[in-house]
Amino acid sequence: MSMSRQSSRPAAKVGSASSSIDKLVASKEIVITCGSGGVGKTTTAAAIAAMAAVNHGGKVLVLTVDPARRLANAMGISSIGNKEARIPDEAFVEAGERPRGELWAAMLDTKQSWDDLVLQHSPDKESSQRILANPIYQNFSGRFVQSHDYIAMERLYELHRQGGYDLIVVDTPPTRNAIDFLEAPQRMEDFFSSRLLRWLTVPYRSKLMNVASKPFYQVADRILGTQFLEDIAEFFMLFQSMYDGFVERSRTVARLLKDKRTTFMVVSTLEAAPLREGEYFIEELTARKFHLGAVVLNKVLPGYLKDAPSIGLAKKMSEEPESIAIQLDSAFSNRDLVTRVIKEIADSYLNYSLVAKREEKERAELAVAPDHLCTVPFMETDIYDLAGLLKVGNAIWG
Amino acid sequence: MPGTRAGAESLSILDRKLLFVTGKGGVGKSTIAASIALLNSQRGKRTLVCEVDAKGQLADIFESQPIAYKSSEISPDLWAMSMDTEEALREYLKLILRLPLVLRLGPLAKTFEFVANAAPGVKEILVMGKLCWEVREANWDLVVVDATATGHIVGHLAAPQAINDLVKVGLVRQQTNWMLDIITNPAQTGLVVVTTPEEMPVNETIELVESLGTQTEIALAAVIVNRVLPELFGRGEEEVFGELSSPQGIAALEQACGGDPRNIVEGAKLAVTLRRSGAAHLKRLRESIDPAVEMMYLPYLFTRSYGMRSVRGIAEAIDAELGDGPLQ
Repeated sequence: MSMSRQSSRPAAKVGSASSSIDKLVASKEIVITCGSGGVGKTTTAAAIAAMAAVNHGGKVLVLTVDPARRLANAMGISSIGNKEARIPDEAFVEAGERPRGELWAAMLDTKQSWDDLVLQHSPDKESSQRILANPIYQNFSGRFVQSHDYIAMERLYELHRQGGYDLIVVDTPPTRNAIDFLEAPQRMEDFFSSRLLRWLTVPYRSKLMNVASKPFYQVADRILGTQFLEDIAEFFMLFQSMYDGFVERSRTVARLLKDKRTTFMVVSTLEAAPLREGEYFIEELTARKFHLGAVVLNKVLPGYLKDAPSIGLAKKMSEEPESIAIQLDSAFSNRDLVTRVIKEIADSYLNYSLVAKREEKERAELAVAPDHLCTVPFMETDIYDLAGLLKVGNAIWG
Repeated sequence: MPGTRAGAESLSILDRKLLFVTGKGGVGKSTIAASIALLNSQRGKRTLVCEVDAKGQLADIFESQPIAYKSSEISPDLWAMSMDTEEALREYLKLILRLPLVLRLGPLAKTFEFVANAAPGVKEILVMGKLCWEVREANWDLVVVDATATGHIVGHLAAPQAINDLVKVGLVRQQTNWMLDIITNPAQTGLVVVTTPEEMPVNETIELVESLGTQTEIALAAVIVNRVLPELFGRGEEEVFGELSSPQGIAALEQACGGDPRNIVEGAKLAVTLRRSGAAHLKRLRESIDPAVEMMYLPYLFTRSYGMRSVRGIAEAIDAELGDGPLQ
């Protein structure tokens, strides 16, 4: 099994070391893949990281938000956790490669990462324990969607700052709006520096409550109840103890995303809806002056489905399957079956050629410079090992 | 399966009042939500479809004007709205709390907005509140929600309960109580999970269905498998295709039809592979979902993937699936 995989796999290094993607990835320290859901962001990120480990050497980390067990298996480890784990060299050997570098993988556990952040930034053990026990915090860190965006960027920053990796490839969390995570550091800063925050916590910080604000708190109390307000106030007050460090960090994270060592890769299929989201993303990245490294078109149907003579032939086969079956009679005894099969394969080809042509049209309308475009063909089977990931990687490398 | 309620499974999805449609990104969740709503309206029922993630997809799908918070009529009996939590908050303060104007405009509203952005579950509760209000007050036969994707849906659906746990007294507590009455009633509210016969969407569906039973009280109304590829060959045909695609078979075929059939044969092999890999994922899905839950299979539409024509096509397919009646 592994023998046949080795021999059938194209060599990763040959003809790819000079590709523009290869140069791009070699010159960056952070690659962020983004795009609509279901287009293969995580696989793309893992494939890029694996290629970099093979071709460039050094330590490469893929940071994923997707707890896909299959991806862990594909990389030859049983699971991916919040802590980085090294992909064993044997997985590469099995795929017919001897990587020059090391490939590491980690998964983003939102809750765990928030807890780590709290422990790191709290002034003392007592405050950190109180934050971790606060019901608002527990909800915030576990469920709050935007906290997910932020912590992904925060974790990326921390890993980059520690300098343990030459390249970090990260896929973006499934946001409601693909652009959300770019603004996450700014929003987090706004959130914790808000004057309203301080205002809301006034009655709990001071016994000298302003007479004018009293009716407001009474109404708030009537609506939300004292306990809830107290929990919120405690949450914000405790977080304020980490405020300075936090805001400074948010700003640094925001700067890192725009740094010239960081590049973005937009991943999309050639279906209308994801592509529209991908285009929107390209526009936003450009408008905000983020570095757009490449657009990866994933799961593109093979070109032979658009072949004009074959389409003509398929039409003929679909229209007169029986006369073709009669011609074939000497070789096949059951003419009815043969007629049906000819009709079915012809119709199926015509169906798929419709989809392939639609993809071609979408691609032609895409306003992206061709040297920025990578095409990954449709893989007939699911990716279940490193060889599969490298196959995707080779397609991206072009 | 724990948490299944006797009686609810015999309901068709259209017999309920409030349907949340979710699914992994990219599986066609919004198109399915639009199609369910269209089908119900074509049956002469007053239907509202609400987009929760304000991405404007619904307007693209219906090929209509932009859809706003205030619902607008798309076609007879079919209305659409787009959720806006700020608008929902304003409406909430006005309608339910009956707060005097001065307080609505004052710092309270601002603080509420702030809290809504900051505190967990507040935006979610506003969304749920508005939807429940439409169900209770607005005389719709059915409210279809194009809800958040599988990753976040449980958090959304569990928001009223979470708030109920966090806020022990006060007006908000009273609000969550009546909302919970609606959404935990399996005869009124159900979740529709959309998937495709692919590995990750199927995995997410299985995980969602598992966490649904433990984290919320919402009933699973149906699992809809979208973009199911057709089976290419019937009985005995596969062997014939095997012969035709051998070197001798291809040569004979080339002679018989007067052109090179290799691409067509390759295309057929691809179609068979794709169908097979999908079928394996479907099998896994069926094995892990309670057989009492209605499952629908909608064909892949080769001709058009998006827009009103595709919505009509899918509505017809759902109609056909419902025609057989839910599995007992």
